[in-house]
Amino acid sequence: MAYVSIADRDHEIEHHDPQTFITKYVYSQDHKVIAIQYGGLAILIGLVGMILSSIFRLQLGFPDTFAFINPENYLQFVSTHGMIMVIYLLTALFLGGFGNYLIPLQLGSRDMVFPFMNMLSVWVYALSVLILIASFFVPGGATGAGWTLYPPQAISPGTPGVDMGIILMLVSLAVFIVAFTMGGLNYVTTVLQARCRGMTLMRMPLSVWGIFMATILGLLAFPALLVSAIMMLLDKTIGTSFFMPAMMAAGEVTDYGGGSPVLFQHLFWFFGHPEVYIVALPAFGIVSDLLSVHARKNIFGYRMMVWAILAIGGLSFIVWAHHMYVSGMNPYFGFFFATTTLIIAVPTALKVYNWVLTLWQGNIHLRTPMLFAIGFIFTFTHGGLTGLFLGNVTIDLPLSDTYFVVAHFHMVMGVSPVLVVFGAIYHWYPKMTGRMYNETLGKWHFWLTFLGTYSLYLPMHYIGFLGVPRRYFAMGNTDFMPDSAITLNTSMTISALIIAATQSIFLYNIIVSLKKGKPAGGNPWKATSLEWMTPDTPPKHGNWGHELPVVHRWAYDYAVPGAAEDYTPQTVPASEVPVGRDHGVDH
Amino acid sequence: MSEAAVTGSGEVLAEGGKGFVQDFSADRQAFHVPWGKAMMWIFLLSDTFIFSCFLVSYMKVRMSTTDPWPNPSEVFGLEVAGVSVPLLLIAIMTFILITSSGTMALAVNMGYRKDKKKTFWLMVATAALGASFVGMQAFEWTKLIMEGVRPWGNPFGAAQFGSSFFMITGFHGMHVSAGVIYLLVVANRVRTGFYERRGDNYEIVEIAGLYWHFVDLVWVFIFAFFYLW
Repeated sequence: MAYVSIADRDHEIEHHDPQTFITKYVYSQDHKVIAIQYGGLAILIGLVGMILSSIFRLQLGFPDTFAFINPENYLQFVSTHGMIMVIYLLTALFLGGFGNYLIPLQLGSRDMVFPFMNMLSVWVYALSVLILIASFFVPGGATGAGWTLYPPQAISPGTPGVDMGIILMLVSLAVFIVAFTMGGLNYVTTVLQARCRGMTLMRMPLSVWGIFMATILGLLAFPALLVSAIMMLLDKTIGTSFFMPAMMAAGEVTDYGGGSPVLFQHLFWFFGHPEVYIVALPAFGIVSDLLSVHARKNIFGYRMMVWAILAIGGLSFIVWAHHMYVSGMNPYFGFFFATTTLIIAVPTALKVYNWVLTLWQGNIHLRTPMLFAIGFIFTFTHGGLTGLFLGNVTIDLPLSDTYFVVAHFHMVMGVSPVLVVFGAIYHWYPKMTGRMYNETLGKWHFWLTFLGTYSLYLPMHYIGFLGVPRRYFAMGNTDFMPDSAITLNTSMTISALIIAATQSIFLYNIIVSLKKGKPAGGNPWKATSLEWMTPDTPPKHGNWGHELPVVHRWAYDYAVPGAAEDYTPQTVPASEVPVGRDHGVDH
Repeated sequence: MSEAAVTGSGEVLAEGGKGFVQDFSADRQAFHVPWGKAMMWIFLLSDTFIFSCFLVSYMKVRMSTTDPWPNPSEVFGLEVAGVSVPLLLIAIMTFILITSSGTMALAVNMGYRKDKKKTFWLMVATAALGASFVGMQAFEWTKLIMEGVRPWGNPFGAAQFGSSFFMITGFHGMHVSAGVIYLLVVANRVRTGFYERRGDNYEIVEIAGLYWHFVDLVWVFIFAFFYLW
């Protein structure tokens, strides 16, 4: 594990350039290639998740129209969609993709500290994706237990995929956790131990801060999911009763007895709530950088932003039971978890204010990445505000398991991070490929996606208020659902389909621009952080040629008074351009 | 590693917490340890959460199950010359594992003294003690299985007793077994001079030792919560 790089620590220059196609692009140990493998695979599986959502939206919008959707595979599509989007797309893309790409480049390192483990990580991740996909093709199909996989239902007869589907799902999760741990240890160690000269922690770009904290959350939260997956696998395969009470299933008494279903919920949400921030914190960090670069202003309140990331990360471990208000809990616990949940709003709101204040009087360039970043502020604020409602026990009880909850978490941890993903891909595309994307197509992509998501999710809040429960295959004739709500369901489906189709613009743009895009040059955005200072674009193996960069200032010196240009790269010494504002110690 | 802090030149640190942050964040490295050691610490932190989740789950099912919990000092007792001695085997196992931590610590010391031969033999001794621990655990499992204890039920009481026991000691036993293999690989590389050729650096012995001590420490908790509660 450890010996490889202890040895090459002292002769960093002497790295072995990959020679053949296989070592260069397939079994590569270069963090940039691994990042693109991670990102590409995550986007591919994300497309599968999106197609699944389109299919079950068809059923919701046009009930009794499509014969190929039945209650069983509807549930399977819903469950797999959730699992793919949260874990296999967003977690893998932010940490495996952007984490791998940005950490060494923004910190001035040559690579991750243990490149071989990093490579293993991406291949084990590929294996977990393969197992997940395989669950659709086994007898009984994928699990239909919902992405939360609550027992006893998840492993009791009558639930789709109760034979092999649930087993493969749990195995796939365990394999994913192994992959994530190998990558995550690398990211954390690289951030802590392998920065270039002058890159103090308080000079790191916020992207790295967000990814760093999210990785720590992952390393501490995924164990709970691993343990619950192991225990549920044992319950399912050899008949232990960790989560299973004595009960009847399909008219027969089962062999189970004495287990605790609520234990699973606690374990799951001890993972599940930090997971929200595993997805959100990298988005927070990246969006801070996008706003600062494209508004030509330093990020407002850098130090506060860092502390807010740390505070949110810490708090995220003591709020988990707000997902369980209806599960049965001592009222004092509800009080405690509601309080901690609402406290999280403080650092989060602080971040939103700082983003807006970064824009204040900035020289805003409305390029595609900036549009996505500003779009994020809108969707995140909306999703966050509904979170304040749901965090209160008394308001949550009637809204629990309705479409209001679905709309809330899609706004806050679906749409918002995905907007940042798009913004970030457009922003770093010139660095990754050396070419510019098509700006017009990018803007079309943004406006259709942004307006589309609003036309999809705003009505969903209203439907939730009416009391329409989530995960139902069809509502039938229910009195509380007026005709207008049914019409809304149809319009929401049409919006969802338009959003899904819109993503083909994105794919077309990034694929065609690989060949046809204008050459971008090393620093098309005139940004200050280190990844734009590489001698080659795209950066070569080892990133920095013969000499590692030396950092003299923070990453946000835009429009420093007295500087010739409106941006001062981190590598410019203080003797040439005065340091704008810096929380490092190198004055 | 030997890289001096860029900022070391007479910089006056601020008072209190601010100065602490300034100092902690200033260097290229947050902790003055090799990469591998830092990574092992972080891994062990993560692993701590795994074992904590296992143990907390065990406590929860033990409290919520409806059947009575078997009495550990009877179930884990051994008959010696017709007398039932409670917790005898487990006391020996614990003693062996703690001893192996001692030999491991000596191995680390010898590693830093660059005494290849002693390091090698002390690591082999540690691995042997670890292997005998796993062997005795196999014996204990066999005994319990012969008495009818299964993951899904047992004649003494609550079914969750067997489930938790096999799961948690099994998971810990896997850690010990992996540690034995890890120690043997490192020991062999010490013997063949692999690290001598790489700058005569034996930090890896300490890194392996960290893992080994961690596995020991976890056992103390399992022992306390399973056998003494």
